[in-house]
Amino acid sequence: MDAIILQVLNGLDKGSAYALIALGLTLIFGTLGVVNFAHGALFMIGAFCAVTLNRILSLSHEVVDETRTDFLGNPLKVDVPYVYDWFGEAAGQTIIDWSVPLSLLFAIPVMILIGVAMERGLIKHFYKRPHADQILVTFGLAIVLQEIIKYYYGANPIPTPAPQAFTGSFDFGAMVGMEANQIIYPYWRLVYFAFAAIVIGAVFAFLQFTTFGMVVRAGMADRETVGLLGINIDRRFTIMFGIAAAVAGLAGVMYTPINSPNYHMGMDFLVLSFVVVVVGGMGSLPGAVLAGFLLGILESFASMKEVIDLIPGINQIIIYLVAIIILLTRPRGLMGRKGVMED
Amino acid sequence: MSKSNLTRRGLLKTSAIAGAGVALPTIFTSSANAFTNEPTGSTVTLGFNVPQTGPYADEGADELRAYELAVEHLNGGGDGGMMNTFSSKALKGNGILGKKVEYVTGDTQTKSDAARASAKSMIEKDGAIMITGGSSSGVAVAVQALCQEAGVIFMAGLTHSNDTTGKDKRANGFRHFFNSYMSGAALAPVLANAYGTDRKAYHLTADYNWGYTTEEAIRASTEAMGWETVAAVKTPLTQTDFSSYIAPVLQSGADTLVLNHYGGNMVNSLTNAVQFGLRDKQVNGKDFQIVVPLYSRLMARGAGENVKGIFGSTNWHWSLTDEGSKTFVKSFGEKYGFPPSQAAHTCYVQTLLYADAVERAGSFQPCAVVEALEGFEFDGLGNGPTLYRAEDHQCFKDVLVVKGKENPTSEFDLLEIVEVTPVDQVTYAPDHPQFAGGALGSCNNGA
Amino acid sequence: MFGLDKKDTSLLIIVAILTMLAPFILNPFPADSAMAQFNAGYPDLMQRFVIFGIFAIGFNILFGLTGYLSFGHAAFLGVGSYAAVWMFKLLSMNVIPAIILAVITSGLFALLIGFISLRRSGIYFSILTLAFAQMSFALAYSVLTPITGGETGLQLALDDPRILGASQTPEGNIPVPGLFGMEMRETTQIAVGAWEFTFNVGYYFCAVIMLLSFYLAIRIFRSPFGMMLRAIKSNQQRLNYTGLNARPYTLAAFVISGMYAGLAGGLMASMDPLAGAERMFWTASGEVVLMTILGGVGTLIGPVLGAGMIKYMENIISKINSDILHGWFAFMPDGLEDFVVAIVYPFIGKGWHLTLGIIFMLVVIFLPGGLVEGGQRIAKAFKRRKSDDASGKTSTEPAE
Repeated sequence: MDAIILQVLNGLDKGSAYALIALGLTLIFGTLGVVNFAHGALFMIGAFCAVTLNRILSLSHEVVDETRTDFLGNPLKVDVPYVYDWFGEAAGQTIIDWSVPLSLLFAIPVMILIGVAMERGLIKHFYKRPHADQILVTFGLAIVLQEIIKYYYGANPIPTPAPQAFTGSFDFGAMVGMEANQIIYPYWRLVYFAFAAIVIGAVFAFLQFTTFGMVVRAGMADRETVGLLGINIDRRFTIMFGIAAAVAGLAGVMYTPINSPNYHMGMDFLVLSFVVVVVGGMGSLPGAVLAGFLLGILESFASMKEVIDLIPGINQIIIYLVAIIILLTRPRGLMGRKGVMED
Repeated sequence: MSKSNLTRRGLLKTSAIAGAGVALPTIFTSSANAFTNEPTGSTVTLGFNVPQTGPYADEGADELRAYELAVEHLNGGGDGGMMNTFSSKALKGNGILGKKVEYVTGDTQTKSDAARASAKSMIEKDGAIMITGGSSSGVAVAVQALCQEAGVIFMAGLTHSNDTTGKDKRANGFRHFFNSYMSGAALAPVLANAYGTDRKAYHLTADYNWGYTTEEAIRASTEAMGWETVAAVKTPLTQTDFSSYIAPVLQSGADTLVLNHYGGNMVNSLTNAVQFGLRDKQVNGKDFQIVVPLYSRLMARGAGENVKGIFGSTNWHWSLTDEGSKTFVKSFGEKYGFPPSQAAHTCYVQTLLYADAVERAGSFQPCAVVEALEGFEFDGLGNGPTLYRAEDHQCFKDVLVVKGKENPTSEFDLLEIVEVTPVDQVTYAPDHPQFAGGALGSCNNGA
Repeated sequence: MFGLDKKDTSLLIIVAILTMLAPFILNPFPADSAMAQFNAGYPDLMQRFVIFGIFAIGFNILFGLTGYLSFGHAAFLGVGSYAAVWMFKLLSMNVIPAIILAVITSGLFALLIGFISLRRSGIYFSILTLAFAQMSFALAYSVLTPITGGETGLQLALDDPRILGASQTPEGNIPVPGLFGMEMRETTQIAVGAWEFTFNVGYYFCAVIMLLSFYLAIRIFRSPFGMMLRAIKSNQQRLNYTGLNARPYTLAAFVISGMYAGLAGGLMASMDPLAGAERMFWTASGEVVLMTILGGVGTLIGPVLGAGMIKYMENIISKINSDILHGWFAFMPDGLEDFVVAIVYPFIGKGWHLTLGIIFMLVVIFLPGGLVEGGQRIAKAFKRRKSDDASGKTSTEPAE
């Protein structure tokens, strides 16, 4: 029982990362009809927004410490961040410590800008082209983006820890009256889950309850008619692309403390998030979220020792296996509409 | 026309000499060559095959730096580095056998196919006489087999799996780096000392060959110390989030977690384990502990604060204070501005060892080089007295047990040496069960 | 000739000439010159050109004709190479049985996967094939290690129980693949002045097979079966209304293209007897898609060109290091040299992925028909200029 609760928790957390990326992908697909293979790269760029802000905040000048020596036996040069000089050491430390949450503020404008630039500069020209071309050009873009990041940040993962206040874990089991040490859960993952829930809720609320969202939904259903009503649907769709990019980017920012970001993290997520989107049904927002959580939880269950012992290698293939089964039993994924991306 | 296998450069030189004054076009065959890519001109070409793209690109870049440094030293440039401390004095700083050392580079992409393709192109197109480098055992084993077939020498880079000099060993291949068995044999006594002999271990193992041999080695040596292995779970190579593997660890009643992971897997699983607060827990009345059998400083950086106080083993570390290490750190550090990694060290040493073997053999012929390296004993290259064992072409030397440093002074100062395990303790018989199967075969000169 | 019309015959003849003369064409630079870096005429790369050409031709039969985008085609290549290596291990070092088994195995594998995946179309089909290929990769890399060799790949060993033929050569080495005594790696060098050309048995073996598969592909493209596949691409629904069931046709195309992939895999193993699991990773499947699109979807020669271009970049551009760059630009003044090297460096050597990505985007944006379209446009431009010239002449001629 404990083990199952534990894996549900883990699954929710994994699922929230899948769901956030899949949500953005579906937003783009639903509004613009474009299959965006560069979406994983946007996630990665979001994570590197956090790295960049951390670097900016830790910008330092060197102070020679005569009492210590470096590896060549010369006096050690200690890096002192400028924020220490400006705000004092304690406050400076706190600022650097909180760089990941601060990056959210930094990442939103950056990601929206990147998203809008991408849509206006590249994607726009591909609305009328076949889906295969869209996949290919965005895939090329993804390679270019990740190579640029690699050029500047190297190939190794870069540690970007969560604020001190959120490191460590709490004993979920003990809180609900079970034995101690049975169900432990890191604080930051809870934060991530809550964050994902808020973002997903906000996107749905935005589409459901604002005029802008209403127009966008109408546009998703019938672009031509909305256009004929004299509404500039293109501009709204561009903004939606920016929002989708921001969702992916924020997911990336918040993910950095969980796994140190590296340049290929986007590609690692890309294939999985596509599977998620397709399992959810192309173009269906609730489907994407549902499939994200479903696959996250199933993946967690499959990694239990008892399950692996029973079916060796199941943890390697579970997501693909589930995807195949779902697609064979429900032709358009969990909540897909007929005729979308079937030709 | 006669047959030839994989040659070009040597032939070119022959044709250049013999071709003078001969009417063109002239047809030459390689019958003049005694072995693959025999260097007949004033230069000799080495092939450096390292990962330049993919997750191990930074490690590959460090290996390449070491190779460039080694070539500089062999050609008499720089301060000569470890050539000064090397116990064999055959190298004179005038290249190898008087031929200037040149090199070509290739990208392994850390894929066995791509690694073989780039090694082949270095042999077939650039006339490389020796291939070296790499950052994973899969690549090392694949390229080693290729070099055996082509008749050139392979000096392995970073490869830690038992298989490289175990079931997949080849006569033309040599490994200086240590292996899984040695990690286990060196780590177990230190762990028993620090954490006691009554521990329950939980293994997370990367689901591929290297992971299997490492888990086997660590289990065998810790169990011999009295530890109990509660469970061993295999994790997919492509896994990035290890939460669902780490969460059940505490439920199992284990009090020690062994992470048989390398590279990105290691960074992520260790980060996740620390996030789950495992190290703050008490199980069975003992502090919960984490062990990482194979440490890489470059990768440890990716895990940041999380490595502090965590035991592991490493082939070499720049903070060693013997003359060889100090000299190497100095010449590397002065050239590049930061200390070398263990991958850089092993690659540098392998290049020197190859050059020295050629000098002592008096020939580039692979079989002569093999003979010169087999059973070769040397010192002064940073690991103390070392033996290149003839039976399996594995180096036997001291192994370092290290621990994540609590108060690092710089981004390079992440590990501290806990113990230098003497070579006797990590030596095993050539027919040890963990190395069973496979055979060296006989050396191949190609051509 | 050969049952082909004039245009196809000349295309086939051109391809035949190109492949047969490849050792000359690919080595245009003298062996000792600085440009020798760009020579691609060494056995391994030439073999890769034609092998990946076969792979891409096969992929194009499915994607180019039916429009079904398989994102898991590399799995068939991987299965083919495993089958071939097992044949070397167990039966004989002759490449013929190995290749036959490779084609059969991958054909059966394609039949199974195709039968299931073709129940869906569009992106759902792509994801199904992707899922199967990823499952094959993950299992081959891990739990199937006893069959596939896992991380290190499936290799020959000194103690292989080879039924026909010896386990070891008299010198104590592993025998190499051959064709009735002719070793695949046998190579003859011819030096003509400063130039040097390499002729390799393995390459010509692959080249002949590539020509045969190319011929077969032309026949398929021009056959009623090919027309049927095109009909599926243009409008499957309408085809269904005419009372035809499209499934058997698509399945046949899928299996044929899977067998092409298996053939390529078998040839790869014959040239270099090792089969690694990475061959089946989704990026490898993506690569063949890139090759086909880069060259030109649905054209006969396009996929071969695309395959050549990508393999050239992977093997030649990636090998240029900063040392070589400095060598090239050594004639410049120091400061300028460093500057130029700094500009160029990110795009070559370890940055070859970046160049690939950029070229790829440019092709997709500006040449939707791939390199073939590029060639056609150039040809057209030349023709137009010629006719312009001609008309210009007539108009400027004096009236008298």
